[in-house]
Amino acid sequence: MAEVLDVALRCVVVLAAFLVLPLAVGQLEHKTMAHMQSRVGPMYAGGFHGWAQLVADGVKFVQKEAVTPSAADRPVFALAPGVALVPYLVVLFVIPLGPSAVGADLDLGLFFALAVMSIGVLGTLMGGWASANKYSLLGGLRTASQLMSYELPMVLAAVSAAMMAGSLSLVGIAQAWEWSWLLWQLPALVVFVVAGLAELQRPPFDMPIADAELVLGPYTEYGGMRFAMFLLAEYAGIVVLSALTATLFLGGWRGPSSDELGWLWVLLKTMVVAFLVVWFRVAWPRMREDQLNALAWKILVPLALGQLALTTVVVLA
Amino acid sequence: MTAVTVVFAALGVVTLVSAFLVVTSDQIVHAALWLVVTLGAIAGLYILLAAELVAWVQVLIYIGSVVVLLLFALMLTRAPSGPGSATATRNQPLAAVVAGAVTVGLGAVVWAGFGGEVIDEDEIRIGTAERLGDALFRTWVLPFEVLSVVLLAALVGAIVLTRKGAR
Repeated sequence: MAEVLDVALRCVVVLAAFLVLPLAVGQLEHKTMAHMQSRVGPMYAGGFHGWAQLVADGVKFVQKEAVTPSAADRPVFALAPGVALVPYLVVLFVIPLGPSAVGADLDLGLFFALAVMSIGVLGTLMGGWASANKYSLLGGLRTASQLMSYELPMVLAAVSAAMMAGSLSLVGIAQAWEWSWLLWQLPALVVFVVAGLAELQRPPFDMPIADAELVLGPYTEYGGMRFAMFLLAEYAGIVVLSALTATLFLGGWRGPSSDELGWLWVLLKTMVVAFLVVWFRVAWPRMREDQLNALAWKILVPLALGQLALTTVVVLA
Repeated sequence: MTAVTVVFAALGVVTLVSAFLVVTSDQIVHAALWLVVTLGAIAGLYILLAAELVAWVQVLIYIGSVVVLLLFALMLTRAPSGPGSATATRNQPLAAVVAGAVTVGLGAVVWAGFGGEVIDEDEIRIGTAERLGDALFRTWVLPFEVLSVVLLAALVGAIVLTRKGAR
């Protein structure tokens, strides 16, 4: 009985994190972008600095009519937002808040996280194809080519951390983390975050969505709750990427008095990385398609391979 | 009948039905999406067989990359979206013969190799990364290296194909 309760409690906590953290990142993005661009941003909803803006957005999305284009492939069109969103919920189960505070400590946690994350893109592809819209289709094409380029450096960078720790378990990697990793693993950290941004199609890698050319890429025909789910998937993706970065390269729960405050450290590190992700969006213009692929193949992949060689030397020495 | 048997049977049914839909689907993109279900169910079967690493590799490589590549290729070509786009070939009988032959061949190999094998559920060894790496790089290192020649051949083929028009 206690075991069942334990599992249920873990599920509830993960679900709560899944429902709350993406909204927190969304609000962070609203306010950070506003202040970086010298404007106030949402101020009225909820009274205090527009804290309830995302709730208001949610209510708005619910009220909207779910329009399906007549030429669309209906089942695929309807299924796509779910396929995009659910993988991120699943990944949250293996991200540790502490040595034992984790949804499920898998022996292959890192591999599991990367594998499940790669499914989410299928949702975008399905939406892009099923909308029967040329802008959507082009967006889907760009999504696929971007994913294929950036999957490799991302996995290679993550492997470097796993090699350093001698473990594929996320708990094991965070446990093996040392301060010196910040130096040894810095290239891997950079490659991981950049490639992760590209997988999430966040600016400056938002060529698939490029609103000046493709309306909104694969999401063009989506409205109401379905669009909200895609949006939520994007924010959940930021949470997962930031939390993975924090766990792999920043030591997860490690920090002063980590026995009691470990979970706070994880959340803090996650939010710092999420803040950087938002900052990148404000700071850089969109990259062109050829620049995008050149960055992946000519810079990130060699950098990640060099990092792997360096890690091998450090581990063996 | 244990719970494992029930799950195994359920996953097996899902695999077979979705695989059938892959080859009979009227629209070619639907076929690719049913393939996702097939591959996912096979990953589930790997987990049941305690081959964890193989299962997640299956998800990462086959669902996350190969199917994405497939969809990419479909979008890049004529992007047929209407019904009937999957039945535009006259090679179906030939494909059926080849598929049947492969099924019989593989089935015979598995039967000959593991026909009378009984798995003792109490002594299952989980296929961790460590165990798999040990097997691959100690016991089976030669076949592993030979297999990489296949990748080399594919790479050379891709280069030949892309340079064809450049001359």
